Amino acid sequence: MAIQVKYFASLKERLGRDADEVSAEAISNGKISTVEDIWNMVVNGESMPVNTLCAINLEYVKPDAAVKDGDEVAFFPPVTGG
Amino acid sequence: MKILISKTFFDPWQAVEAYQESMGKSGQYGGTAVFVGTMRDFNEGEDVKDMELEHYPGMTEKYLEEISRQAEDKWPILDSLIIHRVGKILPDEPIVVVAVWSAHRAAAFDACQFLIDELKSKAPFWKKETLESGSKWVEHNT
Repeated sequence: MAIQVKYFASLKERLGRDADEVSAEAISNGKISTVEDIWNMVVNGESMPVNTLCAINLEYVKPDAAVKDGDEVAFFPPVTGG
Repeated sequence: MKILISKTFFDPWQAVEAYQESMGKSGQYGGTAVFVGTMRDFNEGEDVKDMELEHYPGMTEKYLEEISRQAEDKWPILDSLIIHRVGKILPDEPIVVVAVWSAHRAAAFDACQFLIDELKSKAPFWKKETLESGSKWVEHNT
């Protein structure tokens, strides 16, 4: 399996893509344990913009939340619906 | 309870009437509160030509269902309806409708306000406006 990573709205445009995949090995070899670790791996050193919201499996979480193989992780800016 | 994400134009008044007829609670409701959010042609002093609304499929529906269930737990309501547009929207077109039915008006008013406030603060939707000067993501919800 793997971790699917999704980006939305201004963050998607800023990164120039809407998704990434992180291999299960990155978890098993200890490179990744939290949502923040995923961000640091996929964006290549760019710090997370202030107010970025994070989700695991469609639930809001904090950046220090633990991830596991098979999770869907998402990063997006503050919401502006309604 | 009904939640719908609509990729095309919808008439909020027709939608409320149609859902009311279909929910099968004739004779039970004495109050219906309806909020309709409509697209303006201005924002923060600039003319807005159109708008693109993006959402996170799956998570958006999940949150709308969650707040609808919370409203049912908090107030004695009979039913609720939320429809929200996504895709390209033009000024004067409806963005969202929230309707709540209850036996007495207070629960309908309170639950309707709760639902639209929670939707705006939690449901993953994002607006991108097309202005004279180019397009811009809306950064703050008003």
